[in-house]
Amino acid sequence: MAALIIKNGRVIDPASGHDGIADVWIEGGVVQGVGADLSPSGAEEFDATGLIVAPGFIDMHVHLREPGFEHAETIETGSRTAAAGGFTSICPMPNTSPVNDNATVTSYIIEKAKLHAAVNVWPIGAITKGSAGEELAAIGSMRQAGAVAISDDGRPVMNARVMRRAMECGRSFGMPVIDHCEDLDLSAGGDMHEGLESVRQGLRGIPGCSEDVMVARDILLAQVTGARYHVAHISSRHSVAMVAFAKARGLAVTAEATPHHLALSDRDMAPYDSNYKMKPPLRSDCDVEAVKGGVVSGAIDAIATDHAPHAGSEKMQEFERCPFGVLGLETALAVALENLVHPGKIGLRRLVELFTTGPARILGINRGRLAQGAPADVTIFSTNREWTYDVNKSFSKSRNSPFDGRTFRGGPVATVVRGAVVWRA
Amino acid sequence: MLPDVREKGLLGIDRLTREQVQAILDRARDFQPRAEHSFKKLDLLRGRMVVNLFFEASTRTRTSFEIAAKRLGADTISITAQASSVSKGESLVDTLNTLAAMRPDAIVMRHSASGAPHFLQRYLETPIINAGDGTHEHPTQALLDARTILDRGASLEGLRVAIIGDIAHSRVARSNVYLLSKFGADIVLCGPASLLPEELTQIAPGVTLTTDMNEAIRDADVIMMLRVQLERQHEATFPASEYFQFYGLRLEHLRLARPDAIVMHPGPINRGREISSEVADSQRSVILTQVENGIAVRMAVLDRVLCGGTDH
Repeated sequence: MAALIIKNGRVIDPASGHDGIADVWIEGGVVQGVGADLSPSGAEEFDATGLIVAPGFIDMHVHLREPGFEHAETIETGSRTAAAGGFTSICPMPNTSPVNDNATVTSYIIEKAKLHAAVNVWPIGAITKGSAGEELAAIGSMRQAGAVAISDDGRPVMNARVMRRAMECGRSFGMPVIDHCEDLDLSAGGDMHEGLESVRQGLRGIPGCSEDVMVARDILLAQVTGARYHVAHISSRHSVAMVAFAKARGLAVTAEATPHHLALSDRDMAPYDSNYKMKPPLRSDCDVEAVKGGVVSGAIDAIATDHAPHAGSEKMQEFERCPFGVLGLETALAVALENLVHPGKIGLRRLVELFTTGPARILGINRGRLAQGAPADVTIFSTNREWTYDVNKSFSKSRNSPFDGRTFRGGPVATVVRGAVVWRA
Repeated sequence: MLPDVREKGLLGIDRLTREQVQAILDRARDFQPRAEHSFKKLDLLRGRMVVNLFFEASTRTRTSFEIAAKRLGADTISITAQASSVSKGESLVDTLNTLAAMRPDAIVMRHSASGAPHFLQRYLETPIINAGDGTHEHPTQALLDARTILDRGASLEGLRVAIIGDIAHSRVARSNVYLLSKFGADIVLCGPASLLPEELTQIAPGVTLTTDMNEAIRDADVIMMLRVQLERQHEATFPASEYFQFYGLRLEHLRLARPDAIVMHPGPINRGREISSEVADSQRSVILTQVENGIAVRMAVLDRVLCGGTDH
């Protein structure tokens, strides 16, 4: 592969603390150097003047729907969507069919990704067999096959004893345990956040406490087991407070927030529009503020999209019949800029952390840095270029985005994976 | 929710202005039968086609809409569909698009999913009249309730209206709250705490909550009982054996209300469950008047939707 030189961009690498105009020289899939006036002979040149050059973004929470639901997304289409969102690494959740609860499925995903994926794919294995919440999955074998974490995302482990054992298992194999925190008895039948809007619209509610009681339980179990524990898509203000509390006590507790939970509350929902239906649901304005606050304070470590494609036939139904979940990969950076950076809540360095070192540390993967010797995954983005998201032009097979038609200021410009430009605007 | 004045059909009371509601109520009075006259069929909607599409069991509302349309001279077709056209593989949107392709002038629709007509109206040119959507709204019920209350007095303003029962799951309660609030009534919502979310006080001005039935009824001008909607509850929210004891309307309660207070119920009533037979059959009960007014109100709604009505 030819050498690539990314010229004159503002290089922000939180891992090394570098922040300044520099050239990035890439060759052989590795960063050869970051510095002024680099000009290796024969290198392809990318002019990044006026742009930010960052380590490749990592989305630690996506659904690629393969194997089993290829009508909604595949490893290939999902990874292309990721590349168009500036992501160079993605972590597919195990709720496929079959569930990724053994090394065979993990290997299948990794092999498929090698053949077809535009970006790095790091699978997440199930906690329990079939994600049924009862018997532990083949966690060690999945680890050996390449899984980086375990989670029963979407079908949370309700049995506290099983969760305790899972955490002990995760610790044994050096994997974080990721929980989609939802007490299924408290949330049963709910379609949106329980609050004024659900009462007004006559829809059954998913109370904030259904998330909080699980976060509380899990933090206590993490303390008992010493496990690395990660809260997926945190959305409730009390959960954010509990994660901050756990961190202050020195526990290995981390959390991610989705762009939509940073941007939208239940009041922003177009009535009965399933493009606003996801779990956890869009919560109240004060929850949104608390999630933003958690990003600012450091209680929240990463932004992850929970990219959840669903075919139109599934989403174009009565609200209560529609499945939960929305697309997120292509709009994540723009939504984060709009809600965090442009209003001055955080700086660009913190933003880059949330997409790079944050998730890399949680997962323990050798990514998220942009310095000599690092794998050559690079995200190049703009902070001011205006563009409008048209979901009908998405690389995803699905169209369920609440951000369709939105005009943003700033977003991804080019994505480099292992030294190759896999997408450019 | 912003009022959508360009709304084609009638999806809910929430979206209407007070003036729009008043216009329908006034128009309904034109359609009320006069005691001395036998009813004469009108021809305002001659040559128009109204489809009644009921995805949920209903006798009174469907019949009422059908009679209302026929009295205005419209042709009607009533379809009682199982929500299971989906089980045959056809989605709700496709079902409605198919019907709409046959060019009816309006579709009257009841569905067990909240927001189903709102969702469909985004895809459909044909005006939809909501005949009850899930636990959301039942606009013509609120209109006929208001017509019934107004038949006995000049104004809704300042009236104390107690609505008692499973408020959380009641589309009748929601539509009534939206309507009564627009006219300045004092609305007391009453039921067990599990069926009475605190947020109800914020959905419209003039709403207070109580779990104490006596408190709700004290000095009430109107007592509106709701059916215990067991089919809408997915769990035990209140001990069923105690419901009538604490939230069933009995004769002794009426002493707490205003001497001329009326008792209303959207039907069908469950005697001995939320209302005693003695109250249901008492002089205070206007339950059958409500049914009668249902026709006049639905005529006014059809007139508004299909002829532009008297909307200003």
